[in-house]
Amino acid sequence: MKRVGPARRARRRREIALGYAFLAPAFVLLLVFEFFPIFYGLYISSCDWRLRCVSFVGLRNYVQALNDPAAWHSLLITATYAFISIPIQLVLGLFIAHLLFQKIRGRPVFRLIYFLPYITSSVAAASIWGYLYSPDQGPINAIMGVVGLQPLRWLGEPRGIFTLIASDFGMDLPSWASGPSLALLALIIFTTWVFTGYSITIFLAGLANIPKELNEAARVDGASGWQVFRLITLPLLSPTTYFLLVFTIIGTFKEFNHVYVLTQGGPGDSTMTAGIYIFNQLYSLNRYGYSAALSFLLFFVILVLTVLQNRFVGRRVVYG
Amino acid sequence: MASQKSESATVLPGHVVRSRGRDHTRTGHFTPLIYAILVIGACLSLGPFIFMIMTSLKSYGSLINNNFWPWPPLGTEALQWQNYPRAIVEVGWDSQWGTWLFFRYAANSILVAGAVVCGVLLTSSLAAYAFAQIDLPGKNVLFLFVLATIMVPSDLVLVPKVVLMYELGWYNTYAALIVPFLDSVFGIFLLRQFFQQVPRDLFDAAMLDGAGHVRYLRSVMLPLSSPAVITLALFTFIWSWDEFKWPLLVTRDSNMRVLGVGLQQFMAGEGGNSAHLLMALATIVVIPVLAFYVVTQKHFTEAIITSGIKA
Repeated sequence: MKRVGPARRARRRREIALGYAFLAPAFVLLLVFEFFPIFYGLYISSCDWRLRCVSFVGLRNYVQALNDPAAWHSLLITATYAFISIPIQLVLGLFIAHLLFQKIRGRPVFRLIYFLPYITSSVAAASIWGYLYSPDQGPINAIMGVVGLQPLRWLGEPRGIFTLIASDFGMDLPSWASGPSLALLALIIFTTWVFTGYSITIFLAGLANIPKELNEAARVDGASGWQVFRLITLPLLSPTTYFLLVFTIIGTFKEFNHVYVLTQGGPGDSTMTAGIYIFNQLYSLNRYGYSAALSFLLFFVILVLTVLQNRFVGRRVVYG
Repeated sequence: MASQKSESATVLPGHVVRSRGRDHTRTGHFTPLIYAILVIGACLSLGPFIFMIMTSLKSYGSLINNNFWPWPPLGTEALQWQNYPRAIVEVGWDSQWGTWLFFRYAANSILVAGAVVCGVLLTSSLAAYAFAQIDLPGKNVLFLFVLATIMVPSDLVLVPKVVLMYELGWYNTYAALIVPFLDSVFGIFLLRQFFQQVPRDLFDAAMLDGAGHVRYLRSVMLPLSSPAVITLALFTFIWSWDEFKWPLLVTRDSNMRVLGVGLQQFMAGEGGNSAHLLMALATIVVIPVLAFYVVTQKHFTEAIITSGIKA
């Protein structure tokens, strides 16, 4: 072993002290505001919490949550929202990214424009769309009037879209066939406007990573544009698609700002997503313990979804 | 369709491209269609912003009469610039600072975002430097810990964090808006990644010249990693600027609101029936961020792609 002089050892000690001092601020903050709250949250969720733990109730909040029809309904709304909006966002994003990837002029300008909604502050974006959808003064109904369509109540319409369509033909649909509410559909259109730009950007990056030679080789062999897209582009793009899928599912399950500002979950509970339901328990009803329990359950749902995706979708990803 | 028929092969120097009807990549056969779709998409993207600006310049009368274009040459109305000051007045007065509340919201947003950006840059660069450059016992375990906290979604710990604010006596203060956000796991990761790429020789040379760690971090590492630093600053700024749920939960007084909360409260209250004023405020909130984005967009898209971040 090399002999280390005392001066050198002192320097090394100082270096170690300095290193820990460098780590300290970030670690204190992480411990206090990320790590500790997990356990504190578990504690709160097993309490009847009124400014403090009035009484320890064990798992009662969780049991109550599992028996709460409104909570299940909010999960159903969230799933409906995710199930409709994610495919639209991804397909539309891929479609436009594919077009943008052709040899066209002005690509940077298009990219910039498509990304603007995503970068806009969510409350401001929601306030714009609240106005666009407004039944009396909103431009959307005005445009529909010009085209000769009936004005709609959009965000204020709790009835299902199938019910609305059927009633145009003078039919009555049973409630199970009513479909997602028009208000939820209006929200989906809005969030598609917000998030498609993000998908486009990520897909463009994925497309740029596919080696051009493969494309050209397939061309030489006489493959059509559609064949190249289906047999080469799509499989080689699958890591990007998978990544986007995971992130969009997590994102839609957590989605709060855009929905809350526009509808606050209404009308009725037709757009009451899980995020808003949990928030209302806390903000409007001051049910801290219950809200904390619901957060853990929602986290569990998202976790299961992510693991399932990893099992069933992640396996089919091609890493070229 | 005639265009699906096979056409004569185009021979370019160097490589052969057999163009067929559906080959829109090279022949440019479908190019007008592609442009048409892209332009329609762009119009849909921009449309809401255009409506926002147009509405913010209409009078109340034109608004409720659904007058699409009340200005010359189609109409006689002048551009209603006075909507802007009127909207600001309508939001109210902050007696604490002696200014219009809307300016107070803006000041709060700038103050919070500014403090958070500075704090994140400081804590992340220090921690990232220690992880990348200093040989510390137990470093790997500590890094795993940082890794683990990335999996904690912010919503999971929302309730305990709010309770914590009450217990620290921070409810309705700037501390509640700023302090919990002064660290960033993303920032530590990103900067560490960049710091590790700086050649070790530079460090030895700097040490020979008598520089210490602090000086080396400040005058070598950070300048060399400026793309990452800018990325981190941009992202942190945008996230902080867009905060809505947290400020709503931990502030009570109107003069503690940030822009997002202020705008939402106006929309839910007085502004609900005067879309022209609401759109004027939305324009004030939106335009600076969009302008900021247009100026910095190169960094931004690159950062989004490399980090895959979803705000």
